[in-house]
Amino acid sequence: MKKKYFLNAHIIDPKNSIDELGGLIINENGKIEAVGKKVNKNNIPSREKFIDLSGKHIFPGLVDMRVFVGEPGLEYKENFRTLSNAALSGGVTSAITMPNTQPVIDNVSIVDFLKRRGRDKAKINIYPTATLTKNLEGKNMTEFGLLQGKGIVGFTDGVKTIQNSRLMSRIMRSAYDLGSLIIQHAEDYHLAENGTVNDGIIATKLGLQGITDLAEKVIIERDLSLLEEFNCRYHIAQISSFKSVEVIKYKKNDVDFSTGVSINNLSLNENDIGDFRTFLKLSPPLRTEEDRLSLIEAINKNLIDVIVSDHKPEDEESKRLTFTQAATGASGIETLLPLSLELFHNGSVKLYRIIELLTNNPAKILKINKGNLSIGNDADFCIVDVNKPWIVKKEKMISKSKNTCIENKKLQGKVLCTYINGNELFNLK
Amino acid sequence: MATSKKAIKISQKHLLGIQDLSINDINVILKESKTFITLNKSKNKKIDILRGKTQINLFFEPSTRTQSSFELAGKRLGADVMSMNITNSAIKKGETLIDTAMTLNAMHPDIIVIRHQDSGACNLLSQKVNCAVLNAGDGRREHPTQALLDALTIIDRKKKIQGLRIAICGDILHSRVARSNIYLLNMLGAEVNIVAPSNLMPKDIDKLGVNKFTDMKKGVKDCDIVMMLRLQNERMTSSFLSSNREYYEYYGLTPDKLSFAKEDALIMHPGPMNRGIEIDTKLADDINKSVIKEQVELGVAVRMACLKLFCE
Repeated sequence: MKKKYFLNAHIIDPKNSIDELGGLIINENGKIEAVGKKVNKNNIPSREKFIDLSGKHIFPGLVDMRVFVGEPGLEYKENFRTLSNAALSGGVTSAITMPNTQPVIDNVSIVDFLKRRGRDKAKINIYPTATLTKNLEGKNMTEFGLLQGKGIVGFTDGVKTIQNSRLMSRIMRSAYDLGSLIIQHAEDYHLAENGTVNDGIIATKLGLQGITDLAEKVIIERDLSLLEEFNCRYHIAQISSFKSVEVIKYKKNDVDFSTGVSINNLSLNENDIGDFRTFLKLSPPLRTEEDRLSLIEAINKNLIDVIVSDHKPEDEESKRLTFTQAATGASGIETLLPLSLELFHNGSVKLYRIIELLTNNPAKILKINKGNLSIGNDADFCIVDVNKPWIVKKEKMISKSKNTCIENKKLQGKVLCTYINGNELFNLK
Repeated sequence: MATSKKAIKISQKHLLGIQDLSINDINVILKESKTFITLNKSKNKKIDILRGKTQINLFFEPSTRTQSSFELAGKRLGADVMSMNITNSAIKKGETLIDTAMTLNAMHPDIIVIRHQDSGACNLLSQKVNCAVLNAGDGRREHPTQALLDALTIIDRKKKIQGLRIAICGDILHSRVARSNIYLLNMLGAEVNIVAPSNLMPKDIDKLGVNKFTDMKKGVKDCDIVMMLRLQNERMTSSFLSSNREYYEYYGLTPDKLSFAKEDALIMHPGPMNRGIEIDTKLADDINKSVIKEQVELGVAVRMACLKLFCE
């Protein structure tokens, strides 16, 4: 591999507190050799060709902490190859995959298979999670220690929640002993039973069963109370409401934990569901505008640490049903960054903060050395024109499943190139 | 083209809910319905304004009065009416609603009447077929023809709706009848009171412009109409109420509770009734107070009007 020189870009790398005009040099091994304002035309060899990125940004490759992939068992929704292409087009270079596959990721032998498949078929870095409980049943915990040994970065039941408080306390104790990361999808099943949308005027008007924001709140309250006692690495997968933000604010000083939010909950509200648009059937549900604004405020007040795509590919057939019957979730890994940039363009969140929540913060929580431009590290990064306007079109989506919840949305900001290990794996052209 | 445009009296292609209708649409439907009341009382009840038209009734939920009412309405207007029996159909073999819709659409019907257990099913259907879709009840969302026939019944007896105080009582949470009636009665200028135990009260219902009551006596006070709803036990997946007898004690319509309403207050019920649970059986049959039978009678007229207007 030849050395590569990128100059005159606006570089943001929160891990190294870089937010400046400068350059990036990739060495022959695909590692970062130099980065920042020191890298300019005057201190690179004159014979070398360089790429002029005036007006463009360089960000570390995004780390998406909540990605559903169809391998194994649901390849018709998404496989590692299609996921990689979609991710790369959105600047995502590392994906944390959820264990809700068929079969589920709950034992050592399936992890071996997964790692092999990921290595052979995926172009991006795949970091698999395993389930908290065997077969997602919420009864017996999985072998955190052995699974970690095989490369599992965290444990979660994905779309499911541990309901049993005693089991949850035992999971936390084991996780403490073994240093494991627990990721909880916060939803009380009884409070959320049969619910499909936020409980409120929209649910009443559409005649749909609502999911109260209390369903999220009580699980977070319970878990944080347990956490005070059994202090393990704990991450709330996604929050969606003002009430949850209040609990987090209150508990933040007493216990260590981290919190994620889906870009969908940051960008849309329950009114967007309109006339039963099943592509906006999400979990947690889209809530009120006040809830959405409280989540943005929470980002700015350091109460939320991570933005995820909650990429959940579903085939057309499982969405072309009545709202009650339709599958939950939206495909979104390729629009994660452009949609996040909307928060920058409309003045809600600073660009540096957005990139922090998409790169270094998730990497730090997961304890993986990704999402940064540190010297000597793999050159995983993306080049972005943050002002380029475009319109989301279902038929132009790269993911195998086209269930975007922002069809026809006008966005500003597009990834031009994505590099992994110094190799250009995506170019918008 | 100008003449055909003039013939369109309704702003909507489909009748999916009262929410979509304009006040003009409602007045057109109610006016048209009145002409059929007389026809339905005459010796020869059949006319041929829908001759050559095909009406398909697609009922995914059991129904006695609505289905027979729509069937009769179509037949009296001369349409070819086919009622699909869902228990024998491909739906039971796993066919989706959209595929069923496409199949039926290929038979070129002029109108499809649908009842479905899921809210929004009629909306989904209407996006996939070329003909008009009439909603005969979708989940807990809307039941527009029921609200229209209720309005017609009230107008028939009270000569107006504007200014009346109307209490809708009971299982509001699961009730599409309540929702359609709230929209319609509000549009026609009534004051609507909602009476239900908190467990059967939909969230934020007051944002629809109604007064909320959990005390029935307060809720029916000085009302001109007391509309009772059926307790929909089949939709209750968990415990909403302690028992039927306690419910009757607090929310069943009894002479005592009715005495808080106006003296000439009328009792309505969309049926089928749970006698002795939401309504005292003698009150239900009291011909001076109860207009429950009249509701059924006028239901046919309203559906004839809707079939005619939405077929045009």
